[in-house]
Amino acid sequence: MAATIYFVVRLHNLLAVVMLGGIYSLLAATMFVVLDAVDVAFTEAAVGAGISTVLMLGALSMTTSVEKTDARSTLLPLLFVVLAGFALIYGTLDMPHYGDPIAPIHQHVAPTYLADSLAKTSVPNVVTAVLASYRGYDTLGEVVVIFTAGVGVVLLIGRGRRRPGRKRDGE
Amino acid sequence: MEWAGLYNYWIVIFLMMAGLYVVIASGNLIKKMVGLNIFQASVFLLYITMGKVQGGTAPIIEEGIRVYSNPLPHVLILTAIVVGVATTALGLAIIVRINEAFGSIEEDDLEKPEEAS
Amino acid sequence: MSHHLIVRVVSKLLIPFILLFALYVQFHGDFGPGGGFQAGVIFASAFILYALVFGLDNARRVLPEWVTRAGIALGVLIYGGTGVVGILLGHNYLDYSPLGSTAPLGQHIGISVIEFGVGMTVASVMATIFLAFAGRNRDLFDLEE
Repeated sequence: MAATIYFVVRLHNLLAVVMLGGIYSLLAATMFVVLDAVDVAFTEAAVGAGISTVLMLGALSMTTSVEKTDARSTLLPLLFVVLAGFALIYGTLDMPHYGDPIAPIHQHVAPTYLADSLAKTSVPNVVTAVLASYRGYDTLGEVVVIFTAGVGVVLLIGRGRRRPGRKRDGE
Repeated sequence: MEWAGLYNYWIVIFLMMAGLYVVIASGNLIKKMVGLNIFQASVFLLYITMGKVQGGTAPIIEEGIRVYSNPLPHVLILTAIVVGVATTALGLAIIVRINEAFGSIEEDDLEKPEEAS
Repeated sequence: MSHHLIVRVVSKLLIPFILLFALYVQFHGDFGPGGGFQAGVIFASAFILYALVFGLDNARRVLPEWVTRAGIALGVLIYGGTGVVGILLGHNYLDYSPLGSTAPLGQHIGISVIEFGVGMTVASVMATIFLAFAGRNRDLFDLEE
């Protein structure tokens, strides 16, 4: 994954950058399988590596596919990023260790979900049960967000045939 | 080696900062979107590693399995991924409109005065 | 891309299975990994594959734009409407217990229904977004491999 990101930073061919973004998503999906999050891995593989790469390619074909190599300084962003990174690492020093079963996150509502969801909802997949039943309001909100994004895209570029693309850019 | 158990956070932070660097340092709007996606995927990874329990398995109830990973982060991230792609699409739509209006998707060109373009 | 024989034949073979897999993921999401979000995306990806291989006009004929646009709203409506049914039957909003003869059965039915709503919205949104992007640059789109 680090190598993927390195090339994302270095390359100026946007087509390659977008493809590497897709590869990054696919690698993240395999990580999710290893970390027991099969539902999430499923979604990431379908969405991150599939749909969003296709959309990016669509956007690329409408714009330009080579990034202009700009002369602006990269030192300041790098400094900022390194500083932020160290601040975050400092913040993790008190965090519970990886895979620790007594971490606070595993003590709150999660045991209840795991113990009760089958009896209460007769759905063996706890993720689905929590998603749709315990946290139905959240999911309703998410669906409305997706709805809004879809409406927004249609409003922005839905009526495509009025202009023949980038020929008439007013230049 | 008291900090050895924290390596998952450090990996995530590295990936996250790399994504942030792409967002800040590149002037191309589409590359910024890719950087934003990388940043986003790293945050997902942070949540999922938090939900992992040693020796646990995927949270689908089966006979004879006692330890499951925490399902709550999975739920949050599941919805976040799909919302993420929806917002990405919206961002790309805006980029396409910017390109049509100004003929460029480079920040430096966009910041120039109108008559220069 | 429409003149590539192998691509055409293989995608003709594959698309029914992708659709079938999407339905499996949709309705088996209670028992295994899957659910409305994933199923919607897979369904949309089958449609996108069709549009890429057979061209935008054929894709529009299969799934006209008004269908996908109606699907966006209908999915949200199914989700919200299920919650309202809960109220009408004397429970809280989005409480599915009264939908079945017993509370767990009702929950199960409710979860399946709203997952269907989620799947419909996600699939329609993804297809609509793709159509919007592809319709924007028709001539480029057909040249794109």
